[in-house]
Amino acid sequence: MDAGTTLTIMDIRPFVPELTLLCAGLILILLDLIVKRKEIVAAVGVAGTIAALYATYKLFGYAQPQYAFFDMFVLDGYSSFFKLIFYLNLILTICISVKFMEIEKASCGEYYSLLIFATSGMMIMASAADLIVLYLGLELMALSTYILAGLTRKRHRSNEAALKYFFLGAFSSGFLLYGISLTFGLTGTTNIRDIAHAIYALNVMDSPILYLGMIFIVVAFGFKIALAPFHMWAPDVYEGAPTSITAFMSVGPKAAGFAVLGRVLFDAFGGMQVQWTSVLIPMAVLTMALGSIIALSQTNIKRMLAYSSIAHAGYMLLGVIAGTPEGLTSTANYLMIYTFMNIGAFAIVIMLRREGFRGENIEDFKGLSKSHPLAAALMLIFMFSLTGIPPTAGFVGKFYVFMELINSGYTYLAVIAVVFSAISAFFYLRIVMYMYMKDPGEEIVITTSPSMSIALAITCVMVLILGVFPSFLLNLVRYSILG
Amino acid sequence: MTVHQLIFIYFAIAMTGISLLVVTRRNPVHSVLFMLVLFVHIAALYLFLNAEFLAAVQIIVYAGAIMVLFLFVIMLLNLRREETEEKFHRQWPVSAGAVAVLAVFFIMIVSKIVVLPALGEYSIDAIRSEGSIMTVGKVLFTKYLLPFEIASIILLVAIIGAIVLAKKSTNS
Repeated sequence: MDAGTTLTIMDIRPFVPELTLLCAGLILILLDLIVKRKEIVAAVGVAGTIAALYATYKLFGYAQPQYAFFDMFVLDGYSSFFKLIFYLNLILTICISVKFMEIEKASCGEYYSLLIFATSGMMIMASAADLIVLYLGLELMALSTYILAGLTRKRHRSNEAALKYFFLGAFSSGFLLYGISLTFGLTGTTNIRDIAHAIYALNVMDSPILYLGMIFIVVAFGFKIALAPFHMWAPDVYEGAPTSITAFMSVGPKAAGFAVLGRVLFDAFGGMQVQWTSVLIPMAVLTMALGSIIALSQTNIKRMLAYSSIAHAGYMLLGVIAGTPEGLTSTANYLMIYTFMNIGAFAIVIMLRREGFRGENIEDFKGLSKSHPLAAALMLIFMFSLTGIPPTAGFVGKFYVFMELINSGYTYLAVIAVVFSAISAFFYLRIVMYMYMKDPGEEIVITTSPSMSIALAITCVMVLILGVFPSFLLNLVRYSILG
Repeated sequence: MTVHQLIFIYFAIAMTGISLLVVTRRNPVHSVLFMLVLFVHIAALYLFLNAEFLAAVQIIVYAGAIMVLFLFVIMLLNLRREETEEKFHRQWPVSAGAVAVLAVFFIMIVSKIVVLPALGEYSIDAIRSEGSIMTVGKVLFTKYLLPFEIASIILLVAIIGAIVLAKKSTNS
């Protein structure tokens, strides 16, 4: 115990991206006191994120994973790739929020620092090599998101969303802790690598206690990812929260959930693959079915996108079910693509919002192509991508997940997924139909801002480029995860 | 059956009973007071595990600070209406069924339990030789330094959140 308890400056190096982002968050709190214009606070937030991105880029490329803080924290390609998703999510969310939060009359500097703290929590989750760190990262992310969901205090829906999210989040934390304590009790360690060794050394692979612990952990992340049957909170929370936060929540916590799910299942419970696939397969089928079918009857676009995000979580889970590192690669690839197309779609929803008009009904999109052809065209691209129609990126994402699934021998699951994907086309294309084939009802005024245009440009260009040239992203994700 | 086991059985049964009382009382103040009793019992259970420090923290933090906070909030909110309204909205048969299924599941698992030797470097003897507080302190500031620091950020976020959600609106 006495040997190796000193910490040198080099030990902190793998933690630099997180430290950078946390410092940025702290600076924003202070800056908010001095600077009145929120645009500047937002710009500094983006600058801090880019600094953290640079730190990740500089540390990237080491083939060997680097452990720090007594094996509590690991920096490897896998976590770095997920951090890239978190940075993009953060930057895009900040870009689409500036104007929107002003209209919502909830513009405050803490908003941006909370976004940054939530992202730091996700990064810690992705890099956690120990279940304790994983849990604390999750709490950091979750606590910040609960507050963000309830930030528009005057709206009852927002209060309801925050409370619902908080209660169910606390519930899922309980599940996670049960799972961790059962696993700890059986293996005597919380370190993810050591758990795998202990499972082999003690030969407890068939232990029902370990099975139960694994199920508890999967259930906890099922809540975060919004997998059926733990998806109940998602539609209400997504509808009630401010739309920019909905965009943030539908990507960030989901990606973080998949990052840890992949790490815990592949690294710690790698020897129990038969057991965890048997749990995940019914969950994936149920998630895809519920998400695609219930979305058909929605009239509020945020609720519809919530069910759509549930369905997408089901498709992403298929990559994990494939059970190979390549399968995990396809999930990570899908998550990156999903970030662009989903935030893009939410950005269009945000543009319809103006003083005294919520613009959240699907009816509000009637005849958008006549009054605002560009916005309608962008929405068309995002909807095509969410459906998975080539040449958009959404097709590429689904294609690789299904391919890895078939390579692992789950052809029937791929067939089910394609069927639900076809069903989901109905509600995505209904929006397109409303925009292009119906006559405009009420006059629609679009609120734009320079940062919003930047976000839309990035998302739209990436959706199209990754759809036509998928190899760039695929090479990056393969290099990160497979080495 | 040793005295040890008898005492454990008392605590196990008492805790289950008290937990049920906490969730079934109409008056929230009664619920909170039962919760206080529950926390004391949990602290006693920690003593069984040779974790004196944890038992003391449980009493000081939960029974002392958090329960007082609970009572304050309940008295500030003046929840008279709660006492007259029907609870659980007739959902309890469903949940009772779910609990029964889960109980059968747990009994099945517990019956298959294999007791493994104590694992990890912190055996009871190792902790006794140093003392519980010293061991926790040493580990907390060396091996568990990173979790400790992350917890500080979580507390900061909680403070910010409380201020953001409770402060007066400035721009209206």
